[in-house]
Amino acid sequence: MKKLINQVENVVKEALMGVEAAHSDVVRVFYEPDFIVRADAPVKGKVGIVSGGGSGHEPLHSGFVGVGMLDAACPGEVFTSPTPDQILAATRAVNGGAGVLHIVKNYTGDVLNFEMAAELAQADGINVTSVIIDDDVAVQDSLHTAGRRGVGITVIAEKICGAAAERGDDLKVVADLCRQVNANGRSMGMALTSCTVPAAGKPTFDIGNNEMEIGIGIHGEPGRDRLPITTADEITAMMMETILKDLPFEVGDETIVMVNGMGGTPMMELYVAYRKVAKICQAQGITIARNLVGNYITSLEMAGMSISILKVDEHLKALWDAPVRTPALRWGI
Amino acid sequence: MVTKQVVVAWINRLAEIYHENREYLTQLDAAIGDADHGTNMVRGFAKAVDKVGTMESQSIGDILKAVGMVLVNSVGGASGPLYGTFFMRAGMAIGDQEQLDAQAVVSLFEAGLDGVLQRGKATPGDKTMVDAMDPGLRALKASVHAGQPLEKALQSAALAAEAGMKATIPLKAQKGRASYLGERSIGHQDPGATSTYYLFKSAYDVWGKSTS
Repeated sequence: MKKLINQVENVVKEALMGVEAAHSDVVRVFYEPDFIVRADAPVKGKVGIVSGGGSGHEPLHSGFVGVGMLDAACPGEVFTSPTPDQILAATRAVNGGAGVLHIVKNYTGDVLNFEMAAELAQADGINVTSVIIDDDVAVQDSLHTAGRRGVGITVIAEKICGAAAERGDDLKVVADLCRQVNANGRSMGMALTSCTVPAAGKPTFDIGNNEMEIGIGIHGEPGRDRLPITTADEITAMMMETILKDLPFEVGDETIVMVNGMGGTPMMELYVAYRKVAKICQAQGITIARNLVGNYITSLEMAGMSISILKVDEHLKALWDAPVRTPALRWGI
Repeated sequence: MVTKQVVVAWINRLAEIYHENREYLTQLDAAIGDADHGTNMVRGFAKAVDKVGTMESQSIGDILKAVGMVLVNSVGGASGPLYGTFFMRAGMAIGDQEQLDAQAVVSLFEAGLDGVLQRGKATPGDKTMVDAMDPGLRALKASVHAGQPLEKALQSAALAAEAGMKATIPLKAQKGRASYLGERSIGHQDPGATSTYYLFKSAYDVWGKSTS
C-alpha cells in the first residue's frame, strides 16, 4: 500500500484537522465524537440538515457543510458508517428549534446508526425526520436485497434541501423535497480499478488490466457485472441506457446531470464521458439544465465514474441555483 | 454457575479472538462487503475491554449493557448497532442477577438475539449473523432443557453456530451490503455469521471450562 498518510488509525482525524485548518471561515470541527458544523450553527428558527457516512468519499459529506447546504456532517471511519453518539451530538449542535432532517444513504449500517441516533434525539425532544436516499439503479430493488444504495443523488439532495432550509421552509417541506429529489433521481457507477482501504492495506478487489466493474457502489464493493474494458463512449452509453429507462426520463424532461469521478479519474476523462452524456440526452430530447462534472462522491483512489441524473422543475432549478458556500461547492456568495 | 468474573473473561476472550482473526474477518468481508469487519470488531472490543476494566463493582447486567453502548458508539457499520443491541438486551435480561445458571445463560442469548432480529429485520437464511446466532441459541436451549450441564450445552451451541456459519456459504445474501451482489454472494462465508460464531465459541472457551 502506498498512500499519503501518517498512521493508518489517524487518517480520518488528521483529515478533519485539515478541513478545520483550511475552512475555519465556513465550518467548525468537533472531536470525540467527531462532527463538522457550519460556522454559525445552530441557526435559530432554521431546519437543521445533518448527513454523514463513512469517510473516503470526500468531498461528501464534510465538503458540503456550510451556508445553503448541510448544517452538519458526521464522518465515520473509512467506509464505515458514523456511530449514534456522533450523529446525536451533531443533531443537538444544529438544532435551531425548527427540527432536524437526517439525509441517510441507504446502507444497512448508515440506516441503523441514524435510526438509533434519531430515536435518542427524539427522546431529547428534538423533532427529527429521516429521508433515505436510494438512487443506484445497479442494484435490483426487491424484497430480497437491502434495497438500492444511496449514491450521487445524495449530493444534489443536500444542495436542494439546504437551499430550502436556508430560505425558511419548515421540516415537512424540506423532507418532502428530499423525497421528491430521491424519487426523481437515478445514478449508476463503474470502476476501472479497485481502491485500498487504509486499515486493510491491500486492494478491496482484484481486477484485471482489461476488465471493468459495472454497477459498482462507492465502497469498493463489487458491482453487478465484470466486463472487458471498452471505449468511454460505449461505457457511457451502457450506463445511460440503464439510468434513463429506469425512471424513465422522457422527451421534454429537464434535468440536472452529474458526471462524478471516483477519486482516481482525470478530469479529462470525466469530460470525455460528459460529452457523450450530453450527446445522448440531446438525441433523446432530454435537456440538461444544469450540470456538475468533477469529484463529488468518491471511493478513495478508485478510477471510474458515476452518472447521476435528476428530473427537475422550475422550483428545483431555483433551489439548485440558490447561493451556497461550502468547502467543495460554492456559488452566489 | 457463571460469575461476574467469568462474564468479564468472556468479553476479554472475545476481544482476543477478534484480534487474532482480524485479517480473516476482513478478508471474508472484502469478498462480499467492504473489507472493514475485522478492523471494526477489533476496535469496538478493545474499547469494550477498557470499559469493563473500570466496572469491577458493577453488576453483570450493567457490564453487559455498558459493553453494548461501547460497541454501538465505536464499531460503526451495521455491526455496531447489531452487536451493541445484542449486549444491551442481554444486560437488560440479566438485570441484577449475581450469578447465572444455565437458564439465565439461555435468557441472555435469547434476549440478545431478539434485539438483533428487531433492529436488523433479518430472518434465518438471509446470510447474516442470524444464521449462526439462531442455530446456536436453539442448540443451547435444547441442551439446557434436556438437563445437560452448561459446559456441554455451550459446546453444542458453539458447534451449531459453527455449522450455521458454514451453511451461509451456499446462501444468496438477502440483507446487508452483500445482498447487492445477488448471485455473486453465493460461495462466500458470511463475515457477520463468522463473528457471531466467535460469540458462542468464546463463551464455551471461558464458561465451559470455568463451570466444569
